[in-house]
Amino acid sequence: MVLKQIKTLLEISHSKEIMRRYFVVNGFDGALTMLGLIMGFYISDRVELTVVITSCLAVALALGMSGVSSAYISEAAERRRSLAQLEKAMASSLNESRHAQATTWIPWLVALVNGIAPLLISLIIIIPLWLVRSSMVLAFDPLPAAMAVALVIIFLLGIFLGRVGGTFWLWSGLQSLTVALVTVGLIYLIG
Amino acid sequence: MASIQRLVLDVLKPHQPNTLEFARAIAVLGEDYRVDIRVIEVDEQTETLVVMIEGGSLDFERIKDVISENGASLHSIDEVSVVGK
Repeated sequence: MVLKQIKTLLEISHSKEIMRRYFVVNGFDGALTMLGLIMGFYISDRVELTVVITSCLAVALALGMSGVSSAYISEAAERRRSLAQLEKAMASSLNESRHAQATTWIPWLVALVNGIAPLLISLIIIIPLWLVRSSMVLAFDPLPAAMAVALVIIFLLGIFLGRVGGTFWLWSGLQSLTVALVTVGLIYLIG
Repeated sequence: MASIQRLVLDVLKPHQPNTLEFARAIAVLGEDYRVDIRVIEVDEQTETLVVMIEGGSLDFERIKDVISENGASLHSIDEVSVVGK
């Protein structure tokens, strides 16, 4: 019942596409930020793993909070504006309508997606660091392993975007991966 | 008690939900409801419809509620068929 209502509100407000866009954009943001941060630690010698994990967690949380708050503020303002324009065109109040419900709830949903995307992706990226800290033995050093996870996620986000846009999936995946590799290269140069 | 068997309504609604979803929302109110909608005019944000609803006993109050829940407004009742029982 609740899911059906959410689906209706998403359709009325055309928010599916917006949420998908926010998920990819902020997810990409999160993955690239985490990649940059871990690369920074990698080229700095003798940084303890605990410090790396704490820093990454702090950044992941900050990205999540930033995603939620920025999306809520902007979406709520946009929705209120759209509702006011629609009410003007209808020459009547829409307070009792689904459009008003969408104006209240959709900004929260979009904000949640915008915040969860970078947080979740960041947490996935630092899994190798956690594993090594929990005394698990990995085939690779934890920092390169975490960077590899970040690169894979960025590549997958690129593929997802390619599928959405109807372009060749490998091409869009490689485009995203190139951006990530250029970022890694630039950080290496300044290190 | 008299029962409403046919209504022709002049309705202004936003583009969303679309006409098909709007018709469905009214039709599900009763098992024997038949809803026909003709779009008269399409503006930038709204569309004007003629909504024809037929059924054994139409619940006008619920129909009005569904219209407003979907962001639409009832401008006028243009035709009615009511049968006394």
